[in-house]
Amino acid sequence: MWKTIFRRILLMIPQIIILSILIFIIADFMPGDPFRGLVDPNLDPAQLEAQREAFGLNDPLPVRYVRWVGDALQGDFGRSFNYQQPVVAVIGGRLGNTVRLSLLSVILTYLIGLPLGILAGRYNESVLDKTVLVYNFVSFAVPIFVLALLMVWIFGYNLNWFPSRGSISINANTTWERWTSQLYHLILPSITTAILGTTSIIQYLRSEIIDAKVSDYVKTARSKGVPISKVYTKHIFRNASLPIASGFGFTIVSLFTGSIFIEQIFNYRGMGYLFLQSINTRDYSVIFVLVLFYGFLGLIGTLLSDLILMAVDPRIRID
Amino acid sequence: MATNQDAEAAVLSDDMAASSPPMGMKVIVREFVRDKLALASLILLVGLLVTIFIWSFLIDQDQVTNVSLWDSYLRPMAFSEDPAREGMRFILGTDSAGRDIFGLLIIGARNSLLLGWSVTVVTSIIGIVIGILAAYYAGLIDNIIMRIIDFIMILPQLMIIIIFITIVPTYNVLTFALILIVFNWHGQARFIRGRALTVGRLDFISASKTMGTPSLVIMLREMMPNISSLIIVNLTLNFAGSIGLETGLSYLGFGLPPGTPSLGTLVAYATNPDILENRAWVWLPASTLILVLVLCINYVGRALQRAADAKQRLG
Repeated sequence: MWKTIFRRILLMIPQIIILSILIFIIADFMPGDPFRGLVDPNLDPAQLEAQREAFGLNDPLPVRYVRWVGDALQGDFGRSFNYQQPVVAVIGGRLGNTVRLSLLSVILTYLIGLPLGILAGRYNESVLDKTVLVYNFVSFAVPIFVLALLMVWIFGYNLNWFPSRGSISINANTTWERWTSQLYHLILPSITTAILGTTSIIQYLRSEIIDAKVSDYVKTARSKGVPISKVYTKHIFRNASLPIASGFGFTIVSLFTGSIFIEQIFNYRGMGYLFLQSINTRDYSVIFVLVLFYGFLGLIGTLLSDLILMAVDPRIRID
Repeated sequence: MATNQDAEAAVLSDDMAASSPPMGMKVIVREFVRDKLALASLILLVGLLVTIFIWSFLIDQDQVTNVSLWDSYLRPMAFSEDPAREGMRFILGTDSAGRDIFGLLIIGARNSLLLGWSVTVVTSIIGIVIGILAAYYAGLIDNIIMRIIDFIMILPQLMIIIIFITIVPTYNVLTFALILIVFNWHGQARFIRGRALTVGRLDFISASKTMGTPSLVIMLREMMPNISSLIIVNLTLNFAGSIGLETGLSYLGFGLPPGTPSLGTLVAYATNPDILENRAWVWLPASTLILVLVLCINYVGRALQRAADAKQRLG
């Protein structure tokens, strides 16, 4: 086990290097100084060129890449021109908001998805199953930004049940007030995310349970006298949750990425919102580090998913 | 050889005339007859497409994008207050610049549909070519292609698309479509490869290889027809996906360039809280149209999918 984990982590190193080189090349097309954020990207071309020369940005690409990697390894990812702060501090400031939102979204997704998937599978062909299938179809098809807008419009503006913008109320002073206000702001965006996030959970669980019903191990369990409800909770569910477990690595990683659409529509100041803002203010150093961070998370997600799958399913040996 | 086969086929068809299994179009028609909702979606979809395309021909785009400050934010069904546009009636009201929302909706829908369809067709062709190549040659080529696809999957695609859109020097409809294509073919290729791999392992392909049939012929005339139904299903489902992506990007302001209305740009009016809350007629019709289109296309796709897979058929 530990040997495999170690080998997988070693294998990630070349992947990270390729990823960083690719994103570095893309970033190189951005005007100004995407790597350290020292050059004002809004200058006119002549001045921009002079500043680029002064900061050594016209050196050959490999030279700059090595210099950038050297800085990055020491924790220096450049500065945000817009905020006049280190990029790491800017991103760190938003990370908390995104993690809170994503955490609640993931919890709600599983709270909706697991029971619906299990019930639809257990009582398949029933009215409930058909309703779940319709819901699953709609949640697969609907674009997230349309649903989010409708949710804000209906529950935020027309019914006034939930705040429609931001991540915290300005009137929240005490710790308790801040806490509840933040939670209150999280409800609508996280429900929206959860409603659309359940598709694969329900689909996998349902079809796995339907397949498992007629399998030999279920027949054995039933014939040796295990009650039907226990067969479902102890035998079938464990087997049926394997495909979901394989996606769990990405779920963990998604806690840090957040959603561009959700954060934009709910004006929620997280990572996705920061990305759009940086695009609009041409804060290229922030964009560059964000993309790199997300790519890195993607790699970690694959690794985690494989490891989780290996841990829960002893038949799988990934080398 | 050919005559032999024909004779055999004739004998077979004579034998099976009494209970010939339904093929091709018949299966699809039967699937839609059995599933009334699918039939309704299909009729609604075709109706919408025909209306949108015919109407967009009849509408004069200059007149739709004609600006008049007199008519700013007219409610639906209101008459124009601009003396120069006397007698004009706006079924769905107007936007801040007095443009007719209904006209924008029709033209935007046409643009979104056309762009979504072109992107889908091109990505599908690329996906089919690469997927079949990977499945046919397997081994090293398959490995390389799959590593590249795995790598693209890891990238934060929406972000990279937005970045490319902001840094591309000449930004127009064509470059926008190209960017979407570059970051969307891999899903198709992965899907097609998976299906083509199973087909490629069948005996008749091996037999064909042994007989010395050229690779190109095997891929085009033997492997592709066997996954053709999947290709059609995939085309439909991806069409819905492309519309979602384009309207989403247009909503964020990184979609079709200004001057080319899209359903997404109409929805984007809702980024202004005042319009979102008080002037729903500006953005709600476009949002609803996106929902209806995407749901219908997906539902038709599902019915086709069932028709393509004998195990799932209703009839």
